[in-house]
Amino acid sequence: MEILEDIKWIKACSADDIPENEGVCAYINGEQIAIYNFKRRGEWFATQNLCPHKQQMALSRGMIGSQGSEPKVACPFHKKTFSLETGQCLSGEDYKIQTYPVKVSNGEVFVGISEF
Amino acid sequence: MKKYRIVVVGNGMVGYKFCEKLLAKTKDFELVVFGEEPRVAYDRVHLSAYFAEKSIEELTLAPISWYQENGITLYLSDPVTNIDREQKKVYSHHGLELTYDFLVMATGSAPFVPEIPGVEKDGVFVYRTIEDLDMMKDYAGKATKGAVIGGGLLGLEAAKALLDLGLKETHVIEFAPRLMPRQIDQAGSDILAAKLLELNIKTHCNKNTKEILGENTIQGMAFADDEKLEVDMLVISAGIKPRDELARLAELEVGIRGGIVVNDHLQTSDPEIFAIGECALHQKAIYGLLAPGYEMAEVVASYLVNLKEELAPAKKFTGFDMSTKLKLLGVDVASFGNAFAQEPDCQTITFENRAKGIYKRINISLDKKRLLGGILVGDASQYNMLLQTANNNIVLPPDPEDLILGSRGGESDAGSGLMSLPDEALICSCEAVTKGDIIHQITENKTFSLDDIKKSTKACTGCGGCTPMVKDLIQCTMKAQGILVRNVLCEHFSYTRQELFDLVKIKGIKSYDGVLDELGHGDGCETCKPAVASILASLWNENVLEKGRATAQDSNDRYLANIQRGGTYSVVPRIPGGEITPEKLIVIGQVAQKYGLYTKITGGQRIDLFGAHMSDLPKIWEELIDAGFESGHAYGKSLRTVKSCVGTTWCRFGVQDAVSFAIEVENRYKGLRSPHKLKSAVSGCIRECAEAQSKDFGIIATEKGWNLYVCGNGGSKPRHAELLATDVDSETCLKLIDRFLMFYIKTAEPLQRTAPWLDKMEGGLAYLKSVILDDALGICNELEQEIQVLINNYKCEWKEAVETPEIRKRFSHFVNAPEEKDPTVELVPFRDQIKAKDWNVLA
Ligand code: SRM
Ligand SMILES: Cc1cc2nc3c(=O)[nH]c(=O)nc-3n(C[C@H](O)[C@H](O)[C@H](O)COP(=O)(O)OP(=O)(O)OC[C@H]3O[C@@H](n4cnc5c(N)ncnc54)[C@H](O)[C@@H]3O)c2cc1C
Ligand code: SF4
Ligand code: FES
Repeated sequence: MEILEDIKWIKACSADDIPENEGVCAYINGEQIAIYNFKRRGEWFATQNLCPHKQQMALSRGMIGSQGSEPKVACPFHKKTFSLETGQCLSGEDYKIQTYPVKVSNGEVFVGISEF
Repeated sequence: MKKYRIVVVGNGMVGYKFCEKLLAKTKDFELVVFGEEPRVAYDRVHLSAYFAEKSIEELTLAPISWYQENGITLYLSDPVTNIDREQKKVYSHHGLELTYDFLVMATGSAPFVPEIPGVEKDGVFVYRTIEDLDMMKDYAGKATKGAVIGGGLLGLEAAKALLDLGLKETHVIEFAPRLMPRQIDQAGSDILAAKLLELNIKTHCNKNTKEILGENTIQGMAFADDEKLEVDMLVISAGIKPRDELARLAELEVGIRGGIVVNDHLQTSDPEIFAIGECALHQKAIYGLLAPGYEMAEVVASYLVNLKEELAPAKKFTGFDMSTKLKLLGVDVASFGNAFAQEPDCQTITFENRAKGIYKRINISLDKKRLLGGILVGDASQYNMLLQTANNNIVLPPDPEDLILGSRGGESDAGSGLMSLPDEALICSCEAVTKGDIIHQITENKTFSLDDIKKSTKACTGCGGCTPMVKDLIQCTMKAQGILVRNVLCEHFSYTRQELFDLVKIKGIKSYDGVLDELGHGDGCETCKPAVASILASLWNENVLEKGRATAQDSNDRYLANIQRGGTYSVVPRIPGGEITPEKLIVIGQVAQKYGLYTKITGGQRIDLFGAHMSDLPKIWEELIDAGFESGHAYGKSLRTVKSCVGTTWCRFGVQDAVSFAIEVENRYKGLRSPHKLKSAVSGCIRECAEAQSKDFGIIATEKGWNLYVCGNGGSKPRHAELLATDVDSETCLKLIDRFLMFYIKTAEPLQRTAPWLDKMEGGLAYLKSVILDDALGICNELEQEIQVLINNYKCEWKEAVETPEIRKRFSHFVNAPEEKDPTVELVPFRDQIKAKDWNVLA
């Protein structure tokens, strides 16, 4: 269970700014964070924008989809895929990316940043 | 029961494999591993890839977490410095002191450095660890001429490394009269040397290095024949020296020329200490390859398990087949069995094609029944079959020369040959996987994909050389089982591309989500999205970024530009036929100057502007469109360029106006989306300056009209196009191309170019001709109408993008700061222009 007290919700953009089934990149607290509007599943996700493979700021430009029931994003550079839920690399390598909680209220998108 | 503690000294490839094999059998042992290197075991075999694309993570055999999860205690950067055999204790560099029940030495080997005066100078390297590579990388910037001492497998690998590091000249110095003396013969070596020369690697055999010249830094080499060579970087790769220093200290028996002496159970002179991998000396032999090392790991693991269960040892190490197949600098080199057997003990058949750089030799028994061994240089595609034939004593066909010449004409029999092998035939020698093991996975466990076979049997995970054979085996076995081999798109669609194409058309669906809702399941993925997007574009030719289609596009299509290293994009305006006015050239120059872009003439007769920030793309295109340019679709699976030569407009040999026709063809098919990219060219006469025969469809002028060629390509597997029609007029030529393209678009698999499409077509060219020329299927009319709809629907998608606010809005890096550019993009100066910074991968 997440301890919500420690999370600070920061406004990223308005929900209309993120096309359906696509990601965008937002600049939050000096970090590039990718936010995905996974309309098909009715879910929102956020991860670091940096692909750990070749250190490219690219994940927001990747295609989203699923493997089994796990939602994932594929990096546009070499198509390594990462779980949007756990951040674990799904193409057999030992990478892991940071994921963040997202909430949408009154048409605005907030990303939860942990306060440690 | 007491849990025995096994201490493994060395966390290299074989030491790691030992842990993996033991864990697969039992978890009843306590495992402690000491490694001298600062990182966990990595793939040394593919070390050179570290200079190119691969990161350390990709080379790592198993991540640290694997050791933790399996309860292995791992000490890195901490070599074992002493063994007390009386007390059964090891002492480490950092002062650890630990008792063991069994000790496994997997200390590998070090490069052998001959005592040549001057080897200590700066700029002299060895090639074995990641650290060695890092040091070479740092030094290579100041070097231009390099050399390698040693023309064996590792020496040639090192020569490639020098090339990859950007050295202008590379020499290989070999003491023996030929290259790779342990694997190939003189004739093979000659061919290899010629191939290497093409790559700018000069080889010098019969050459003995006397001294390394220079003050403190290497400046050259002097040889016993009094010749000299100027070099400023040298890699020594003159063989390996087993790391037996710890064993010597512990007074274990070692060989005269090094190596820890072991018996068939890999026990050293102390039966509780084992030695495996390159440090072990078994029957006077050191094995400098991976597969025997893995086999040794298996033998010790099974010995220890059996000991614990009080069974007699099951397996023995009885030497190893040293057959090898390598790809060195893109040249296949293989030797197997008794490669050097000579007449009169056998009969030798050789085949040589100097022009193509191919040499093959097989040695067969005097009764012509058995294959003893052989050598392959330049083309080793038959290696696996030949090795199996030799190892399994398979009776040879009546014309054994077919083995190396290939069965000439007729059905390919690679598969049927494979099926005739016995079940015990070893397919993957690194992981000791037999044909039977793989068939079992397919028939009993219903494992049909290569990836799953790799997971369950570990085949193909070592050197990877057996991958083609395993693929064939899967195909043939499934066929033999009567299992339909269906090329379905992915887990989200159980249809082939062709089926999906027809279904989408009949149902008239125009969006990706619509297709997924009606015909698929799940949420889609990076495989089916672009495939479906391509079908939609080929069917309706509506803007790829509208109606929710943008999100299904492959990244390049989604931004109407190719993504580059660092995250910038390229801009390629269409220049039909390669013809351009001075005014337009000036505009390209001005735009490039304004947005700081790197410009280059492409191989397709047009100009590519690199290094554009995403948010600049619409502005750049706006200016280009104003000057009359259109999208060049360099990012799409669609028509790229129609190259031309000047033809009758200027050339004294031209027989038709090639430029005008090329422009007409390019304008007709521009924007046409297809399963893969399409390229074309028009040449003004038979001299073929536009290289039309290397294109998906190519046109060559004749006195009477045009000859139309189809299904060629360049790329990694070049294919000459085939003649489809002769002496046709322009109108007929276009009509035939219409039919050809639409037939391809409707029936090819995703990302299949026209050449492989034709290769897989039953009936081949004759069938294609019957469909397109004789209308055997009665569909020509339909094909012509369908393509005409697409041609009529053409609009420049960049024009639409810059004029449509919702589309244009997508081109910003930060949603909450649309004017900001990505601050992580780094462009560095490069010969008066800029280039992308190298991948900044953390070490
Ligand atoms: C720019 C150019 C190289 C150059 O500096 O000259 C180039 C650059 C790229 N080529 Fe190419 N190819 C270029 C001519 C060629 C040619 C030569 C030709 O067309 O005459 C070939 C071989 C001929 C052929 O295709 O039959 C060629 C065979 C490939 C292939 C292999 C295709 C194959 O079927 O094997 C790829 C990979 C792919 O498409 O999947 C590729 C892919 C690429 C990509 C798109 C890789 C990528 O995804 O980032 C490169 C980026 C282009 C960019 O960012 O704008 N490029 N590429 C050439 C652009 C031509 C043009 O004006 O459109
Ligand atoms: C560039 C290159 C290309 C190659 N290509 C091929 C190929 O194509 N095919 C093929 O079959 N083989 C190839 N090889 C050979 C293959 O890599 C080796 O056979 C294999 O790595 C041997 O494994 P090993 O575990 O015995 O030794 P290593 O992988 O060398 O591991 C030994 C480890 O033990 C450590 N060690 C040594 N002493 C101690 C100590 N006292 N305490 C703790 N740790 C210690 C070492 O630092 C090292 O990390 C290649 C090798 C190189 C360098
Ligand atoms: S050959 Fe083509 S794909 Fe390869 S590096 Fe050159 S431009 Fe890129
Ligand atoms: S940079 Fe993301 S997969 Fe290579």
